[in-house]
Amino acid sequence: MDIKNLKIKQAHDLLINKKMSVLELAEAVLKVAEETGDLNAYLEIFDDVRTQAEVAQKMIDSGNATMLTGIPLAMKDNILIKGKIASASSRMLENYVATYDAFVTKKLRDAGAIFIGRTNMDEFAMGGSTENSVFGATKNPHSKNRVPGGSSGGSASALASGSALGALGTDTGGSIRQPASFCGVVGLKPTYGSVSRSGLIAMASSLDQAGPFAKTVEDAEIIFNCIKGNDPMDSTSYPENLSNKIFSKPKIIGVPTEFVHAKGVDPRVLKNFEESIESMKKAGYEIKEISLPALSLGLSVYYILMPAEVSSNLARLDGVRYGYHSDGANLLEDYMKSRGEGFGREVRRRILLGTYVLSSGYYDAYYSRACEVREVLKKDLEKAFEGVDIIATPTTPTPAFKIGEKSGDPLQMYLADIFTVPVNIAGLPAISIPSGFVEEDGSKLPLGIQFIAPHFGETGLFETGKAFEKARGFTIIS
Amino acid sequence: MVIELKDVEHLAGLARIEVSDTEKELLRHDLEGILEYVSQIKKVEGEQEEQVEQVELRNVMREDSEPHKAGIFTEDILKQAPRRDGNRISVKKIM
Repeated sequence: MDIKNLKIKQAHDLLINKKMSVLELAEAVLKVAEETGDLNAYLEIFDDVRTQAEVAQKMIDSGNATMLTGIPLAMKDNILIKGKIASASSRMLENYVATYDAFVTKKLRDAGAIFIGRTNMDEFAMGGSTENSVFGATKNPHSKNRVPGGSSGGSASALASGSALGALGTDTGGSIRQPASFCGVVGLKPTYGSVSRSGLIAMASSLDQAGPFAKTVEDAEIIFNCIKGNDPMDSTSYPENLSNKIFSKPKIIGVPTEFVHAKGVDPRVLKNFEESIESMKKAGYEIKEISLPALSLGLSVYYILMPAEVSSNLARLDGVRYGYHSDGANLLEDYMKSRGEGFGREVRRRILLGTYVLSSGYYDAYYSRACEVREVLKKDLEKAFEGVDIIATPTTPTPAFKIGEKSGDPLQMYLADIFTVPVNIAGLPAISIPSGFVEEDGSKLPLGIQFIAPHFGETGLFETGKAFEKARGFTIIS
Repeated sequence: MVIELKDVEHLAGLARIEVSDTEKELLRHDLEGILEYVSQIKKVEGEQEEQVEQVELRNVMREDSEPHKAGIFTEDILKQAPRRDGNRISVKKIM
């Protein structure tokens, strides 16, 4: 069986028609995980996969199967699974055992999906390379001296190497789409509020959103349809009637040419993007030039709002109720040492930055101002969607970079998110789809295209994405 | 935007994070660079400036009802505490 190319729908048919058992499928995936262990994609392979497989097999045998019953999935290590460690790749939570299921976990569990293991990530989802993990860097399966992207790099790398049929990640500024692009898989960041954040280890609550990695747009759609839905445990979760808004089939794609040609964008990325747009034109889509000057402010807004929310959210990690504890002379020293030793360098940097922009005397100039510019950006995008159905950009300004290449320069690392960040700021849905390769040092490095839709426009993303896969004219998973 | 070492020390104190002397200088340098970059939001002007307005954020509260059965999570949660004293989490004396 060619497990690496197996899609969810195909696996489902094999399971339903009894051509394969759930256990056989799970074992095939586990074998790949073992063979590709050097990628460091998984932090832990769960020891109860066989038990999970039995439960799923019973669902199939009794005729209660869903599309995801028996499908092996990888879970990012900041998504709670009751009874399993959820470390967020941090020393702070290295031994933290989740006391409840995240909403998305419960949804997948109820559907009969199999959790293969938990995947490596940048600590507390802060980073774009999966190098900021206390458990070491994850490698890109397309070129092992390169990063898989981040922060959900373990999920992307696991899926691309065939050690899962799908995966979950979280996306605060591009953490699903950027690694999807670097690893040659599909990644969806859903509309803010369409997938519950209950049970995700919080980073920046007004930006965080969980979503799927998949081999194809259709597979991403299957996982998204399972994990979406209203949840009273998340106060920003949207009511179902709002998220079921009907859109007409997308016909017009807007391209913010000026923004796409930003400084630092690799010419090969631009060439590939133009070819992708050309293929969509041939597929019958109208291409329209749009001007979105506010997009260029996205990264600045992001690096104010995100650290501000990080510094507030991570205040809960105090070495008292759970997590890493280091003993000092008094309670204050306990805090200082536990947090100083428990958090890695990038996390400490962002907490201090967030503390700065929220502190008295700077709040108005930074945080308050960023909130205002966030509204400008949102309105600009809203206006753009009056004239187009979908907005397209490259997903990333460059293909996957080398391990260690940017780790000394935080600003350079942040610039890798330039195309993905504005989407989170506006709370829009966006999908990254493999669009081709560039050859470098004897490796074929994947590139991705990003399609952005209006709020709750996921259906339009899937339609456009499938049309693109068809127009692209080659298969990515080989 | 000038950040001094004493600013870093002040922020680390506010954030309750112990930072080594060698890291203080690194943080000072990084914060200065990042703050300089993000300061471009202060330069929004013209047509965009007119659009600037504050939005009102509101809290969405859930009905405080249907409590779970008392005690069913107690052991799981206390097991995660670094120090416990019976059914309580233990901390150092504050006063």
